[in-house]
Amino acid sequence: MILSRLLQSLAVLLVMSFVVYGLMGLMPGDPIDLMIAADPHLTPEDAERLKALYGLDRPWTERYLRWLAQVAQGEFGYSRLYAKPVWEAMLPALGNTALLMAAALAVALAVALPLGILASLRPGSVFDHAVNLLAFASVSLPTFWVGLMLIVLFAVQLGWLPAGGMETVAAGGGGLGDRLAHLALPVATLALAGIGQYVRQMRAAMIGEAHHDYVRTARAKGCGPARVVLNHQLRNALLPVTTIVALEIGGLFSGALITETVFAWPGMGRLIYESVMGNDFNLALTGLLLATAMTLLGSILADLAYRWLDPRVSLK
Amino acid sequence: MRPATIAAAVLLSALAVLALAAPWIAPAPDALDLMARMAPPSAEHPLGTDELGRDILARLLHGGRVSLAVAGATALLAAVIGTTVGLWAGYHGGRADAVLMRLTDGVMALPLLPLLIVLAAIDPAKLGLEPQAANSEAFAILRIVAIIALVGWTTVARLVRAQTLSVKARDYVRAAVAVGATPGRIMLRHILPNVASPIVVATTLSVGNIILIESALSFLGLGIRPPLASWGNMLTGAMTAVHSAPQLALWPGLAIFVTVLAFNLLGDGLQEALEPRK
Repeated sequence: MILSRLLQSLAVLLVMSFVVYGLMGLMPGDPIDLMIAADPHLTPEDAERLKALYGLDRPWTERYLRWLAQVAQGEFGYSRLYAKPVWEAMLPALGNTALLMAAALAVALAVALPLGILASLRPGSVFDHAVNLLAFASVSLPTFWVGLMLIVLFAVQLGWLPAGGMETVAAGGGGLGDRLAHLALPVATLALAGIGQYVRQMRAAMIGEAHHDYVRTARAKGCGPARVVLNHQLRNALLPVTTIVALEIGGLFSGALITETVFAWPGMGRLIYESVMGNDFNLALTGLLLATAMTLLGSILADLAYRWLDPRVSLK
Repeated sequence: MRPATIAAAVLLSALAVLALAAPWIAPAPDALDLMARMAPPSAEHPLGTDELGRDILARLLHGGRVSLAVAGATALLAAVIGTTVGLWAGYHGGRADAVLMRLTDGVMALPLLPLLIVLAAIDPAKLGLEPQAANSEAFAILRIVAIIALVGWTTVARLVRAQTLSVKARDYVRAAVAVGATPGRIMLRHILPNVASPIVVATTLSVGNIILIESALSFLGLGIRPPLASWGNMLTGAMTAVHSAPQLALWPGLAIFVTVLAFNLLGDGLQEALEPRK
């Protein structure tokens, strides 16, 4: 079962790599054009020779196969923008993204789950309506605007927090406090935009469980209301929520492209954006494929988590 | 109908009227007034001017025109693709179904924004398009509609397929088959009307998301490009001027937020009205 899911994911990845490789060839500027732009002494004949040397005169399907063969040997090539091997450029970005996304996920869940549970206790109450509206507002927020407004408020007007980056560069960088201050605004941006969906999931799951017999049984045998909700209802209601969170884990590594760009956070999203815009072919290709692979892996993990947590569910 | 749904519908109607009437209300969204850059609100410029001295209200109206037109066209195109795929897969079943649904799953698994950025960065000249056509405003708009629709049809496809599977077993469809109706006629005349409500709900809910994606791409410089105004690219200018004129960031973002919120509330209300089971 897991094997077939993994094979399917590998097939999606292969198709994706083929399509993206083709698309990259359609981007403005190719490597030789860039070399010519960088060195005015290159003659058109030199350019032809270089194209033949690097195999760029071959059809792109042939180049794709050659690239694939190299990737199979773990050779992902050089990054043009960073002038290092692709993995050396990407590893720090992966770490930075994971830090940002994990912090944002933790904050969003810490706010959303209690709100969702409280709203589910009295469906239709004023509090429930308020939470519902809040959830709708959250999913309707454009993240880049939230980021901008937070910068305007906390960095420009109040001057409490830095507007971007990961740490103060001057004077050898700051300590832990400095890093946390840099983390605050991007985390707040991502959390604000993420809260809505978790609130709605949590509330719906809790309401779905409320009518089950086991809840009535627990009440009948004299359980207090808090115990019924937290020990009986919540344990079951967390199942679908866990799945949603597991699905998000794939996104932990593709990063929050917009938020990272707004806050100049050196993570995967920004790396992919800059490599695409800067004609960094190898980096963009590897970044996109890694992001896809992580998303696919996340969905497999979500299925596994669900099956592990709820033995009633078995995968076909 | 809930009050929030009605409020959303009224607001969106008002926005549509404003967007349609924009050329008459504010005829010159690109007029520069370099002597009055980043000016505060005044009688002449009710919301002030931007970093090039253009009237913010006029650009908001024209930007809304673009954003709403793009989002509407994209949602429709995605609904058409999704409905075709879903009907075909659900009705024919078998191998066609398996292939189309694998494709749907595959597209759903892709990291959306990075992929859209690659698609938006493609050089149309390398596809054999005339440079002049490639740089036109019309092409920029068509391109963004096409690429978002290309990845946005999957939800409708899955819903339509599921609904088609249940509808095609009903007696009236079997009767139509028995009297010799062609598959095309059965799909369009007998099945489509009965799968319409999920399509309407999903499409309404998708408009808000499409506006968010379009404005994000335009903000990154990959969607609607200046001088043509869009809510997203107005914020690009505001970002560069965030220290000198922080007030610029307020209105375009608020416009996006309120519009997306209204579409989401409308979609939610429609869902409750059309599909009360859920």
